[in-house]
Amino acid sequence: MASVLQRDLTDRPGGASTVATRPAGAPTVSLQGVSRSFHGRTVLEDVSFDVAPGEFVALLGASGSGKTTILRAVAELDAGVTGTLVLPRDLAVVFQEPRLLPWSRVGRNVAVGLPRERRAELVADALAEVNLTGRAKAWPATLSGGEAQRVALARALVRQPDLLLLDEPFASLDALTRIRMQQLVRRLWAEHGFAILLVTHDVDEALLLADRALVLAEGRIAHEVVVDLPRPRRDTQPGFLELRHRLLDHLGVAL
Amino acid sequence: MSLQELSPHQPGDTDVADREVAAPPPDEAASATPAPAVAVPVRTIVRHPAGAVTRSPARRVAAATGHRLRWVRRLASLAVLLVLWQVGSTRGWIPEQKFPAPSTVWSAFEGLLDRGELGENLAASLGRMARGLLLGGLAAILFGTLAGLSRVGEEVVDAPLQALRVIPNLALTSLFIIWFGIGEPSKYYLIALGAFFPLYLNTFGGIRNVDNRLVEATRVFGVGRVGLAWRVMLPGALPQILIGLRQSIGVAWLSLVVVEQTNAKAGIGTLIIDAREFMRTDIVVVGLLIYALLGLTTDLLVRTIEKGVLSWRVSFSGI
Repeated sequence: MASVLQRDLTDRPGGASTVATRPAGAPTVSLQGVSRSFHGRTVLEDVSFDVAPGEFVALLGASGSGKTTILRAVAELDAGVTGTLVLPRDLAVVFQEPRLLPWSRVGRNVAVGLPRERRAELVADALAEVNLTGRAKAWPATLSGGEAQRVALARALVRQPDLLLLDEPFASLDALTRIRMQQLVRRLWAEHGFAILLVTHDVDEALLLADRALVLAEGRIAHEVVVDLPRPRRDTQPGFLELRHRLLDHLGVAL
Repeated sequence: MSLQELSPHQPGDTDVADREVAAPPPDEAASATPAPAVAVPVRTIVRHPAGAVTRSPARRVAAATGHRLRWVRRLASLAVLLVLWQVGSTRGWIPEQKFPAPSTVWSAFEGLLDRGELGENLAASLGRMARGLLLGGLAAILFGTLAGLSRVGEEVVDAPLQALRVIPNLALTSLFIIWFGIGEPSKYYLIALGAFFPLYLNTFGGIRNVDNRLVEATRVFGVGRVGLAWRVMLPGALPQILIGLRQSIGVAWLSLVVVEQTNAKAGIGTLIIDAREFMRTDIVVVGLLIYALLGLTTDLLVRTIEKGVLSWRVSFSGI
């Protein structure tokens, strides 16, 4: 039974958190009535949703719809959110940019925050999983965009999280690298069984990867679409186009 | 072109040829009224790879010569100046009493060295400098880190220091002599105070300029405040801290020169003051040259440290 961090922020922003134990079958992440406003402008309004253990959920929305705000709230990077968040203790984030420490070698970057014991071994395993065996000694500045993002992925994987948060991690990659990264994430998710919350504005990406897509509009969850396509998925399989149209329609793109 | 003539076929060398190439005639069938053929300027660039096998021994020699040539040019201008100085002094264009010839300065230097005066005074100056710089530098990094890392630290530390900063350290000489006596301690403290501010400001500023996205990305992986300071803030601020160190050393040398000229028993400054009493301009010039050499040495030292600890950087290094 994994321990969870329950944050009740209803009364006072930045407020109390209690560590509790998650009962079996309970969701990995649970948001209830989460809101956020910046200088009187509401960007999230009463958002509630759950992510089940091992579930792959995509948060879709146009820019400014509040996707990243939700992810930052779940990553506890935003002290200004109100509402109740039940979070797993072990979560990891891959940001849109690799965000590697340029003054630390790849291995040290992956190991950041890890206890000393077995560190080298864990780092080597994580780098192997993202096909970067033997690059532990490289400086981040010498990596390509795709390699750097794979290091960021290794840094997330190495702590064997219950939840992986992905904030448009493929957005700044070229088309070919993006496809390879999507396949890599799908493979790692299938092997490790962690839950994933993926923020994206790419409908195809959501359909290829996620079990469920939440469509955000103006700070609220406007639609929920269950992606019940069999895996492995292709954009040519039956039902794909229909779901694609539905999601685009929800996103306000008329075809 | 002059660069290529001087150092032909360096690694990554470029051959550029500008020429005009006639544009292909437009498709007659597509357009009823054919446009006249326009010459389009084209640049053909051929780059020779570094260490290419096709490079002849002659070319390799040429490349090595190019590197040596740069050093020759650097030293040549200095030598020309020295020769002009010597000739000017011998011919009597430069009055010997006001500015002695290089040969006179050299013999003064040898005399000082033989009598052990130079070593003794140099040791005194270096000791003073080291103590002042160490004291001021350590305090600067400590307070700069404190103010940089925490907002409370900034409020408590930075405000009074900013008020103090506007007073030139050497203006405090009188006060320091009253407080710490006329001996050595007041001198260390004046040097320390001068060295403090550039390093303090750059440490504080360097920490505050660290990319917050890196701080977030590290914090999210459970790194605490101490870990963040050690893994993110200080390495991120290091380039700026080293710039501050260089500035601090500059101010420390300046302060040393001034404090050594008042009531010091030994030091390069004392050597210069004593020489002035006897109109020994040659010894004064030796003292000045030693100051210059010391300044150069410390600057070179910091540059070497920079090269070592900032090896991760891939930054613009000038055209």
